[in-house]
Amino acid sequence: MSAVLAPRFDEAPLLDVRGLRVSFGSHAAVRGVDFQVAPGETLALVGESGCGKSTTAMAILRLLPDHAKASGHVLFGGRDLLALPEPALRGIRGNEISMIFQEPMTSLNPVLTIGEQIGEVLRRHQGLDRWQARARAIELLDRVRIPHAARRVDDYPHHLSGGQRQRVMIAIAVACQPKLLIADEPTTALDVTIQAQILELLRQLGEEFSMGLLLITHDLGVVGQWADRVSVMYGGEVLESASTERIFSAPGHAYTRGLLGASLRLDSNVFYRNTELPEVRVRADATTGERSFQLETRPAPEAREARVVTPDTAPLLSVQDLRTVYKTARGDVAAVDGVSFDIRPGETLGLVGESGCGKSTLSKTLLRLVDPSAGRIVLEGTDIASLPPRQLRAHRHRIQMVFQDPYGSLNPRHRVGDILESALRVNGVPDATERRRRVADILDRVGLPAASVDRYPHEFSGGQRQRIGLARTLVLRPSLVICDEPVSSLDVSVRAQILNLLVELKQAFDLSYLFISHDLSVVKYMADRVLVMNGGRIVERSDDQHDLWTAPRDPYTQTLIRAVPSPRFAPPPDDAVEPPATVEPVAEVAPSFLMWRFAV
Amino acid sequence: MNDVSLSPASPWRRLLATLVAWRRPFVRALPTAFGVVVLNFVLLQAIPGDAVDALVAEAGSATAETTALLRQRYGLDKPPVAQLGDYLGHLAHFSLGYSPRYDMPVMDLILARLPNTLLLMSMALGIALSLGVSFGVVMATWNGRWPDRVLSSIAFLLYSTPGFWIGLMAIILFAVQLGWLPSGGDATIGAELAGWAKFGDTLKHAVLPAFTLATFYIAVYARLTRAAMLDVRTQDYVRTARAKGLHPVRVTLRHVLRNALLPLTTVAGAHIGGLLGGAAVAETVFSWPGIGRLTLEAVQAREYRVLLGVLLLSSFLVILANVLVDLLHARLDPRIKGN
Amino acid sequence: MPPTTVLPAPEGTLAPPTWRGQLQSSLLGSRAAPDTPPAPVVHTSRLRDRWPTTAALLRLPGAVIGLLLLAVIVGIALTAGVFFPGDPLDIVGQPLLRPGEDAAFLLGTDHLGRDIAAGLAHGARVSLLVGLTAAGVGVTVGTLIGATAGYFGGKVDAVLTWLIEVFQTTPSFLLVVVIVSITQSSLEVISVVIGLTTWETVARLIRAQFRALLSSDFVLAARSIGFGHRWLIFREILPNALPPVVVTASVMVAGAILMESSLAFLGVGDANKVSWGSMIGGGRDMLRTAWYLTVIPGLALIVTVFSLNLIGDALIEAMNPRLRGGAR
Repeated sequence: MSAVLAPRFDEAPLLDVRGLRVSFGSHAAVRGVDFQVAPGETLALVGESGCGKSTTAMAILRLLPDHAKASGHVLFGGRDLLALPEPALRGIRGNEISMIFQEPMTSLNPVLTIGEQIGEVLRRHQGLDRWQARARAIELLDRVRIPHAARRVDDYPHHLSGGQRQRVMIAIAVACQPKLLIADEPTTALDVTIQAQILELLRQLGEEFSMGLLLITHDLGVVGQWADRVSVMYGGEVLESASTERIFSAPGHAYTRGLLGASLRLDSNVFYRNTELPEVRVRADATTGERSFQLETRPAPEAREARVVTPDTAPLLSVQDLRTVYKTARGDVAAVDGVSFDIRPGETLGLVGESGCGKSTLSKTLLRLVDPSAGRIVLEGTDIASLPPRQLRAHRHRIQMVFQDPYGSLNPRHRVGDILESALRVNGVPDATERRRRVADILDRVGLPAASVDRYPHEFSGGQRQRIGLARTLVLRPSLVICDEPVSSLDVSVRAQILNLLVELKQAFDLSYLFISHDLSVVKYMADRVLVMNGGRIVERSDDQHDLWTAPRDPYTQTLIRAVPSPRFAPPPDDAVEPPATVEPVAEVAPSFLMWRFAV
Repeated sequence: MNDVSLSPASPWRRLLATLVAWRRPFVRALPTAFGVVVLNFVLLQAIPGDAVDALVAEAGSATAETTALLRQRYGLDKPPVAQLGDYLGHLAHFSLGYSPRYDMPVMDLILARLPNTLLLMSMALGIALSLGVSFGVVMATWNGRWPDRVLSSIAFLLYSTPGFWIGLMAIILFAVQLGWLPSGGDATIGAELAGWAKFGDTLKHAVLPAFTLATFYIAVYARLTRAAMLDVRTQDYVRTARAKGLHPVRVTLRHVLRNALLPLTTVAGAHIGGLLGGAAVAETVFSWPGIGRLTLEAVQAREYRVLLGVLLLSSFLVILANVLVDLLHARLDPRIKGN
Repeated sequence: MPPTTVLPAPEGTLAPPTWRGQLQSSLLGSRAAPDTPPAPVVHTSRLRDRWPTTAALLRLPGAVIGLLLLAVIVGIALTAGVFFPGDPLDIVGQPLLRPGEDAAFLLGTDHLGRDIAAGLAHGARVSLLVGLTAAGVGVTVGTLIGATAGYFGGKVDAVLTWLIEVFQTTPSFLLVVVIVSITQSSLEVISVVIGLTTWETVARLIRAQFRALLSSDFVLAARSIGFGHRWLIFREILPNALPPVVVTASVMVAGAILMESSLAFLGVGDANKVSWGSMIGGGRDMLRTAWYLTVIPGLALIVTVFSLNLIGDALIEAMNPRLRGGAR
């Protein structure tokens, strides 16, 4: 593992945040946050969405929208940034403190060249003229490893990929050699291989310029590999602050324990057939307003035996030489280029690949939402690849899909009950009473209240919507369910619940899964066998003899596995994740604020 | 996604791409132009009675044979598709027919009046863009405060008021009460002016009609600029600009406005058609001798050929304007292919 | 166990990808964006949860004022026959009475001796009739063409887009003038013709919506469940494509009213009906002396169009929370 520059804890802190509070109108997003960043150190602010970490980061440089109110102290170089007059603050932004953001695709001005955008910050703070700025910009592009920098400097952002745009953002940020770099989820929108490169680049630049780094992230793996110290946030507060080593080996707060327990790591040995993921529940006391965090692990896995799968069982799904070709302006593109695999009844086949590898086209082809150009899809004995639409309808219910985005996969104009009942009606259940009974039954199975039938999707949270999506998938009693990134848009804690639910439903309904994800740890947990997809082809597959995870053969698989951030410290032994005997209240909580319950 | 990117081509390929880009909007406009011609032809066929009926009516009466002979002579007894061919042939020779009332070819008639309307439209567009965009920038910058509220209310009123009414009110105020500007026509009657003096006189007469024509579009551009700027302000790249420590004025002009103007160019092409329609009204109110007023005269005199000639040429004008706007847009927005 | 409050977590998700987030917030006008906490499901009023757009709309002052004004105009139009029986074109009094001069004619009379107030009331009827009919025709035709083009794509789309472009290129007002003078200038014809020359805005909008929604996950899910074309078009896509059309419809009504008044002003309108535009046109020659002939009907026009635009603007704001300057 790469060594991190030794932070200088004996010197005065670079950034000292005390009692920071931010509110948007009546909603308090940040409620008294304290942390420090030492010169040259990497501090990670970790938490799930809505915890206020991004708001905290933006508050430091006062980049929040006008209606946000911030109070407290942010001390930097002997001055309180929150009290500084605007012109002085502008002199610090981009100069002594820089910031990079989450979405590289939209963070650059589309009508200016990247040279102009890098040069802008140099001309502002260092008074360079156009030509000096351009020359320096080329140097910086070189430094952030953009090839052919002298040519690319006149490119527009849309000529660059996401990873390259993030490098340009980094170039802009380090142009004036700031003392502190704030990185707000810098790699969340990037593929895992690119993520590794970007984080490595940040570390090198940090060393070169003796820069402190405030890293905002939700990914514990990233934290474990790259951060010196960690502050864990929830609900606008810092729950725990410690060195990375301490957090990972002996987490103090129940929430931290829950997060660590619920996150999957490539080097752990949990597998869905023998371990259930612990779920974090937050309970708010209605009278006192106190919060309590509880870790729940459910009973032992004997009860979770799914159907035993033997190698000579006839496959449920057999895909043979499948090809799907898109016609684009630049010619034909084979998004799926000769893919073959089998899925046996009762098994979960995992499919791993980065964006653009063709996995979403593959799932759409299997569902016949897109027509294949060649090949066969044999589902329970019938080749559905070439069936005309009318005959296809009879087979559609056998293979269904759970979608990634809980916000986009439900029609906002339909009530939950209508969504489920209409699916049944069009698939041959004419009796209304029978339909209602089945709808009520499936809602119960996925853990939603019966009153949900009258509600619209926007009245539910993301995790609940994913459960509705599951209900819609299962109400038709399919044999095979394609799970296309079903938990990628969900927070870590919610992820555990949905994954546990998926396993439970698989056994209850006797299903088989095709589990697609870019997240290797999740696939390792959920899948019996794994396929690795790249460029429309299967480059490697695991089977009973060959374990992909320990001995990958294909170079792409090896790169992929190596790129997954792995904490430098060993995970706590399993018994350390046992729930405490009593429910732990959190001290000193303002009784008036609105509680967010975690269980979904 | 592989970390691959597209590099812009070498200078030669860039030149070729630019030429191709220039040709593309023209080529794309051809089917529309054809459609417009067909539409006009269909309307032409829908006219009750045809040219021969008009001739016969003028002459008093005629026998059935004479009428038939005349039809044959003018090619009016052929099947519609053949007549369409004839029509296209006439168009290719820049002929739109003949107007008995004005005793000149329709094309000449229209071309004589067209420059006046173009003058009015360009003045109106210039006023609308400069005032509208400026107002929009002010409204967006002081969003929610009193300059925004005041200007928004004014813009809203202008947007809701019919142009001809504003023109009449303008006449009452500026011509009748204040006497600053003439109330109609395009030249002072009796004064034999030439050169710059004449130009100045024409401009003086054009001010009120141009402003009347512009009012609606001032409101449209102000609101559009305001909405576009407010939307662009929430974009990530504006946040990046602020994080660089740039001065707010620089952020507004270089980052926000430049991007906010892009949707404006998209919309401007569609407004040429509206300006032509508005010109018909403004020219009537101010007795300005352009093709708008010609349209009205033609309606009253039942000169259908002139009417359809105006319609066809106006549509072609709109097509041309759209092509120019497309090219302008491609220059301004590097994301459009060909740049 | 201490009693607990059951609350749904607002997040559980990372920020949704941009187009979905925008679609979601523009469709629902909802507070369901990930960063804001929702109110507990149990305790809020059903209106705010079930119909967030309508609730947001009714909270905007612009919408309330606009709806009230429009209600007044509609009221006048409906009761025109009661308060002003008979034909407003009848000569009923001395010509050129100023407003307030004669108690019987509160708003005065025109150059022929016709009652201006009667003209206003009946003119309201004309304007609203033309506005609603034209917008109705335009929205219907536009939706049919736009939906067909957007849903089926391919050659159908190419042909229909060509048609849309042809109509978009031809200046609407001139086209109406031409068609009306070729056929006849009765009110019914005018309304329909205005509708037939302004449908292309709606068609483009609906086509764009359909194309975007076709690739949305919930439509893909519906297809994978086995729904047919008719269900997909009418039950899945169209309800989500309509909100921007509602805004456009109010603007179209306003535009149609303005167009009809321009036609009437120029003398191309229905000669047998009194319209605000014809009143202004009639009073044009007497601008210097009897300016009220022009001003009063003009004000009526302004108020009507103003109220419609207020409603349209309020609808846009209610449907898109981002323009309200909310938290990112």
